[in-house]
Amino acid sequence: MELTNDYIRQRLEEKFGVDVSGFEQPYGLLTFETPKENNLKVMQFLFDDAELRFQFLTDLTAVHYPDQPGRELAVVYHLHNLVDNVRIRFKVFTAIEQPDVFTATSLYASANWMERETYDFFGVNFVGHPNLKRILNVDEMDYFPMRKEFPLEDQTRIDKDDEMFGRGGHIF
Amino acid sequence: MPRPVRFNVHPREADIHNNIAIAEMPAGLQGEGYFATSLERVVGLARKNSIWPLPFATSCCGIEFMATMGSHYDLSRFGSERMGFTPRQCDLIMVMGTIAKKMAPILRQVYLQMAEPRWVLAVGACASSGGIFDTYSVLQGIDQVIPVDVYVPGCPPRPEAILDGVLRIQELVHNESLRRRHSEHYKALLNSYGIE
Ligand code: SF4
Repeated sequence: MELTNDYIRQRLEEKFGVDVSGFEQPYGLLTFETPKENNLKVMQFLFDDAELRFQFLTDLTAVHYPDQPGRELAVVYHLHNLVDNVRIRFKVFTAIEQPDVFTATSLYASANWMERETYDFFGVNFVGHPNLKRILNVDEMDYFPMRKEFPLEDQTRIDKDDEMFGRGGHIF
Repeated sequence: MPRPVRFNVHPREADIHNNIAIAEMPAGLQGEGYFATSLERVVGLARKNSIWPLPFATSCCGIEFMATMGSHYDLSRFGSERMGFTPRQCDLIMVMGTIAKKMAPILRQVYLQMAEPRWVLAVGACASSGGIFDTYSVLQGIDQVIPVDVYVPGCPPRPEAILDGVLRIQELVHNESLRRRHSEHYKALLNSYGIE
């Protein structure tokens, strides 16, 4: 039987009930949300199920939504069923004060570096990760540059005229 | 209309007669059978025309450098025939491209491995100032970690500009005093970069 989005959704709802929500299909990609305590259970189910077989982690990253109190950081998982060539995506949200999310490394070895990257840029603390340290940025960096409160420009420069670079001065 | 493809079926004979650049003689005293000049001038002349560059190419400017090294622009015409890929044998490090902050210690180490006298050419906006990458991950100019002799502006600079930069380095090499690298001034410069 063909693995359709509706079928995947039905299976998930049977198994997890209200713990999976916010189903959408932007550009045909099934997307949903689950509480962060539940992320491993959902992944394990999607991995082990004989029909679903989402055994490949395509991508893992985060998004920062500063104006959603209590759910500022979204961790996004992209999974791929290589047999039926079906992809899905799901998100877990966490508060920025305590950005603890369970690591997916025991299920997908590829999550190792992707979680390090997500930690590096967003400061998501992956509980249980074997080696959670910066991967792309310099080790001395003391902030998480992709969080929205940090401006893109290098703040240590003193030789640029701020007005010319849209910093401090007024453009209009 | 597409441009017709031309094949080089009638190659021109190279006109090398009276067409070979010969370095100018340094100023000095001469008479029949002798010529006297200062050692510094001779050394400067020799160094100037036999610079071994070490290309440190990291991004788009590096592509432009490849054109500079290729037959069309041909950096070799200026005595820089041989690219060295070991810093220990090279006189000039040409830094071309965006240097990420994580790359900075490596660049610095390569510089430290070069023997004195050594020169540094920063090619392109990125190497000179960080360029368009005014961001948390990019070094805002390599002169934050090593002293630079000549900056070539442009994003990327045309090969002519890179050649011009090399010629300016040559000028510096030619006119440099043999004592400069032992001077207090130079030591203070290196110390300001934390280099002993
Ligand atoms: S200066 Fe421009 S061309 Fe050169 S490396 Fe930077 S972005 Fe690329």
